[in-house]
Amino acid sequence: MNQGRVKLYTFLGLGFAFLYIPVLLLIVYSFNESRLVTVWSGFSTKWYVELMQDRQLLDAAWLSVRIAATNACFAVVLGTLAANALVRHGNFRGRAGFQLLLTAPLVMPEVITGLSLLLLFVTMEQTIGWPDGRGFTTITIAHITFSTAYVAVVVRSRLSQMDRSLEEAAMDLGARPLRVYMSITLPLIAPALLSGWLLAFTLSLDDLVISTFVAGPGSTTLPMVVYSSVRMGVSPKINALASIVVLIVSLAVIIAAFSLRERPAAKRH
Amino acid sequence: MKALLESLRRRDRHLSRVINIGTPYLWLGLFFLLPFAIVLHISLAETALAQPPYTSLWEWADEGVLQVRLNLQNFITVFNDELYLAAFLNSLWVALVCTVLCLLIGYPMAYAIATSPERQRVILLMLIILPFWTSFLIRVYAWIGILKPNGLLNNLLIWLGAIDTPLTILHTQTAIYIGVVYSYLPFMILPLYANLTRLDFSLLEAAADLGCRPFKAFLKVTLPLSLPGIVAGSMLVFIPVVGEFVIPDLLGGPGSLMIGKMLWTEFFGNKDWPLAAALAICLLGLLVVPFVLMQRLERRIGGDEL
Repeated sequence: MNQGRVKLYTFLGLGFAFLYIPVLLLIVYSFNESRLVTVWSGFSTKWYVELMQDRQLLDAAWLSVRIAATNACFAVVLGTLAANALVRHGNFRGRAGFQLLLTAPLVMPEVITGLSLLLLFVTMEQTIGWPDGRGFTTITIAHITFSTAYVAVVVRSRLSQMDRSLEEAAMDLGARPLRVYMSITLPLIAPALLSGWLLAFTLSLDDLVISTFVAGPGSTTLPMVVYSSVRMGVSPKINALASIVVLIVSLAVIIAAFSLRERPAAKRH
Repeated sequence: MKALLESLRRRDRHLSRVINIGTPYLWLGLFFLLPFAIVLHISLAETALAQPPYTSLWEWADEGVLQVRLNLQNFITVFNDELYLAAFLNSLWVALVCTVLCLLIGYPMAYAIATSPERQRVILLMLIILPFWTSFLIRVYAWIGILKPNGLLNNLLIWLGAIDTPLTILHTQTAIYIGVVYSYLPFMILPLYANLTRLDFSLLEAAADLGCRPFKAFLKVTLPLSLPGIVAGSMLVFIPVVGEFVIPDLLGGPGSLMIGKMLWTEFFGNKDWPLAAALAICLLGLLVVPFVLMQRLERRIGGDEL
């Protein structure tokens, strides 16, 4: 290794330290006995026990998980359709606009997305009487809208790298497109669908701003509970909750990363 | 028989077009595009003590005359109030500073990963993606415990003897910078990495063979070729940060002048929906320029990092 590479790797190491130390500290202090988050006074798991007895928090977590799962299923379907359109249908009319609509949710500030969706729901309720009140349905619709864009990115890159000779062979043998898609294309891009689903799930589980705008009075999601408790100050219970979330997300990422690893058969001749 | 098969094929293809293009278009049109028209509509309304809290733009006057009242007062308020102007400018400034910082930190990291042996690359990349997936709120929260006056950083510095009295970092602009760079760094690294892995490194060898110094070769070859990645990463950081709410609210404290936070306060605190809508329209107008610029540049230099 030459000197340049040593420097580069040192920098990379420092970068990783910056990314990881705050989260590691958070996890370490979730096992702290003391109520003061920043003073270590001995090992304890009592905050986890207390977490499990917090009814309000558990209800919110359950609502968030249901929203996240519903959102992920819809977003995978819509995102995959959008990826098909971009990769398989070439230069259709309105492609530029289509692409714009798919990229914009990725960068749009959340306050704008949240406010505009809320105003849409309010207007719709006034004019056509649906949605009746705000809650699970409106939050899920809002989440699907931004998750779709992320899923499309993941599926699109897989789809455009895919080897098409198997599909062509099936077509030559007379299989109809839907059949080809279902029995050849989908299995080949399945890893991307899985990681798209997981990404949509975690994005939804994490969303505070958009949910706060489109939620009704009776529907409090997990990030809302966390946010209102964080505004009161740091609490070891939130550290414990954060550690559990980090654990779950890490598992999801590891599954997604391994499933997305290229298998020899999936690409290249 | 062949003609029949051909017409069947064409019908299938047509159907597939309609479904693949039509469904996402319809969804995003209804739930992403249409709402902006409604925001514009409501930004022209007046606040009212009603449910929902704004007046209707049109009403039927007698004799079948439709009266439309456009109220520009909200926009006048936004443009005349120095506080909003300062918030807009400060938001742009914070976004700019953080984009540059992310680029300075992210570029060497992406470069190191892209040029590492293939086996290590998977793991290194996963280490970048992991924080990107981990809850935003939680990662911002982690910094409160570190930065506060009796927090971990101050305790460490006092223990080391570097300072005597705790530094005030939490609830300052510096805390916002730290939080934003920390949260958005992966958004910069991922497109840069995607770009750099496709870079033809034999060009660098050619430059070296021709007697070019490594640093000059970097400036003349690597940097121009990675421009699509730089643009994509910068926009993924810059645009959302201008409207960021969570970081200025939790780390910047009550006095932080960021437009996303002001919009939130107008909406939830003051219940002034029309003014919040006007702020959203102004913010949107401000962000359209970099967004269109990004799309154009991407198309011209052929990057598809997004």
